[in-house]
Amino acid sequence: MALSSQHGCLSMNPRLLENQCKVDAIMPFGNTHNQLKMNYTAEQEYPDLSKHNNHMAKVLTPEMYANLRDKQTPSGFTLDDVIQTGVDNPGHPFIMTVGCVAGDEETYEVFKDLLDPVIEDRHGGYKPTDKHKTDLNPDNLQGGDDLDPNYVLSSRVRTGRSIRGFCLPPHCSRGERRGIEGLSVEALGALDGDLKGKYYALKDMTEEEQQQLIDDHFLFDKPVSPLLLASGMARDWPDARGIWHNDNKTFLVWVNEEDHLRVISMQKGGNMKEVFNRFCTGLTKIEELFKEKGHEFMWNEHLGYVLTCPSNLGTGLRGGVHVKLPNVSKHEKFGEILKRLRLQKRGTGGVDTAAVGGVFDISNADRLGFSEVELVQMVVDGVKLLVDMEKCLEAGQSIDDLMPEQK
Amino acid sequence: MTSSRGSDAYRTQYLTPFIWRKLICFYRVKMASSFARILSSKRKVGILSLVGAGSLTVGFFLNREQHVNAGAQVRRIYPPSAEYPDLRKHNNCMASHLTPAVYGKLCNKTTPNGYTLDEAIQTGVDNPGHPFIKTVGMVAGDEESYEVFADLFNPVIKERHNGYDPCNMKHPTDLDSSKIRGGQFDDKYVLSSRVRTGRSIRGLSLPPACTRAERREVEKVVVDALAGLKGDLAGKYYSLTQMTEQEQQQLIDDHFLFDKPVSPLLTCAGMARDWPDARGIWHNNEKTFLVWINEEDHTRVISMEKGGNMRRVFERFCKGLQEVERLIQEKGWEFMWNEHLGYILTCPSNLGTGLRAGVHVTLPRLGKDPRFPKILDNLRLQKRGTGGVDTAAVGNTFDISNLDRLGQSEVQLVQTVIDGVNYLIECEKKLERGQDIKIPAPISQFK
Repeated sequence: MALSSQHGCLSMNPRLLENQCKVDAIMPFGNTHNQLKMNYTAEQEYPDLSKHNNHMAKVLTPEMYANLRDKQTPSGFTLDDVIQTGVDNPGHPFIMTVGCVAGDEETYEVFKDLLDPVIEDRHGGYKPTDKHKTDLNPDNLQGGDDLDPNYVLSSRVRTGRSIRGFCLPPHCSRGERRGIEGLSVEALGALDGDLKGKYYALKDMTEEEQQQLIDDHFLFDKPVSPLLLASGMARDWPDARGIWHNDNKTFLVWVNEEDHLRVISMQKGGNMKEVFNRFCTGLTKIEELFKEKGHEFMWNEHLGYVLTCPSNLGTGLRGGVHVKLPNVSKHEKFGEILKRLRLQKRGTGGVDTAAVGGVFDISNADRLGFSEVELVQMVVDGVKLLVDMEKCLEAGQSIDDLMPEQK
Repeated sequence: MTSSRGSDAYRTQYLTPFIWRKLICFYRVKMASSFARILSSKRKVGILSLVGAGSLTVGFFLNREQHVNAGAQVRRIYPPSAEYPDLRKHNNCMASHLTPAVYGKLCNKTTPNGYTLDEAIQTGVDNPGHPFIKTVGMVAGDEESYEVFADLFNPVIKERHNGYDPCNMKHPTDLDSSKIRGGQFDDKYVLSSRVRTGRSIRGLSLPPACTRAERREVEKVVVDALAGLKGDLAGKYYSLTQMTEQEQQQLIDDHFLFDKPVSPLLTCAGMARDWPDARGIWHNNEKTFLVWINEEDHTRVISMEKGGNMRRVFERFCKGLQEVERLIQEKGWEFMWNEHLGYILTCPSNLGTGLRAGVHVTLPRLGKDPRFPKILDNLRLQKRGTGGVDTAAVGNTFDISNLDRLGQSEVQLVQTVIDGVNYLIECEKKLERGQDIKIPAPISQFK
């Protein structure tokens, strides 16, 4: 019969009849399958979190799940999308991961019943009514240009930015991701002076370019961490991903990795002031360029800059140094000192590595509730003190009277 | 919203009585009485969506309006050309057949459960493939995927299954093991024999798309049925979330335990979500019949034993499968099956019989003979290492199994393996005696 040739094979399934073209073009990747879940009770769908230890698992209750599960953001992001990474990654007994992500700006509003307590827990008691201050004026930073380069090997400040109106990496379509890349490359292409640079798309780079970027420690690769993979951020890799950096190799932007943009300013030595200067200038310039084209960054006065992971809200800023602290790091009060200074330590390979040869990555522990200037000030002041302590211990002196107050 | 709705209405009013009649015909006679039971019991999900199609769509839009914040920009709508994946470096079946035209035609469609084309092809986009191995590159999220996205699935199926055309060919299902001739190999050569397949529970989404509740329902339905097995099939279920340390170690020692998939081919399709919730292993007390629940498919069924008694392995296989089918039907459930695609599974490569029947066989001389690959080819067999699909052979022992899945019945495929392995053993014996061997004539693919 005529219909066979039109539609391939004759359908055997009566359920098919009702719905071949249900959602027409408005939301090409909308979350229509969320309706399927509503055929089951909340209890039947509730995840088993008995072995879990992450912020999401601590906050989510069956009641909360029941209240939120039929909701979705305008782009179709649902509660199950938010929590999937936390369900799939129970966490580590010693490290508390966040366990949820945002698929768009509205996620933080639609699912505030879950995300507000997660944010409060993760960001030291930050309340839903609190306001976040943004300060990208580098002149407000005191000092920071004289960290001893015999100890401080390199200085770095990074943050992220999201382009308003687009979905975030866990949820964006290929078209959106390419749109983000296009806009970003255009904006970055207009930077000049010491910020002038070049874009390297991951899928188009040559062998030589790739090797150079690896040697410069600039190249990022497809995420392997299950925390990221489970949230869907690595879909369609390496489509619309790339790296931009200035000719001086001191200002670097990652496009469409874990966030729309990750912006990094860095250089060898201890001149954090210069690094922060360039950071602020570059970011402000990029924001202006986006505005000229009618786009802005996701930002609001409660959450500051909106990024994919709730842990990066506010400033999204991690300012840090690679610093030699072989003696201080062995001191029994090292952990306590860092805590009081509101700093954290990592290995020089990044968040999941251990320190090698007494060299630590020391950076601010906070992201939200403090401004950019305040956070970098804490790093500058804190690292200065740590280096002084290191020199004391080298000389055989005690550091007891150098112990800081809790910031 | 426009012409497609029109043709929907046409199909609805024209085809409904036709479809119901067809349904009743293709059910095998013994299942006819359960048809009524199926309608009245667990099919609420399907029936509801049939009735509520219009309201479901309206509900979706209403829900959307409610959550648009003041000041948020309206979402961009990209044309299919902006969404079309970059497949220039890809070498998988999906990439070979997903033209911009096909993408444009299918990208806005969804199955009744809401599964989309982008979800179906995600694994193929994320895994360009290997220059020497051609992977499939797409999966089904539910039974209807094969229908809604037929314009892409059909050519992929045709390529993967060596020319089988779902549009005009029928797949024979035959689980009557009494038809097998021979099937008892010389234990000197054949170390073990094994037959595996998969089965999906109709009405529940497949692993790439299923919700937690659906997955738990699959587990419940299957475990309930397996608990009804008796005699040499009686056994026990080990849930991945609840097994003890000792049970886990025993299952590892028996080589029964499956772990969370690490292959990006599977993880990119979403099959590992919520691991290990509702996953488990069932096996009979004699450890010759094994069922995996909610791994890559709803169920994977394996019959095996040491030595060369493939006949007995297949007998147990058929008996076990038929028993399980009877037991789920008693509760109003059935397997996904249709006369064009046979048993419906997640990966198009496993359609039809989903059957891989194989042996671990030692062929020290034949294995080194340059004619070996051609002999296998003509016998419609494939070789793998004894570690499974991605391993190389170690020493002189090979995993030899059927190449085909779709277009021939279970009996036919197992007979092919039996006849083929017999031939291989004959070749090995000839080479032992210093005699020459012959490459056999190629056997026909579709019987």
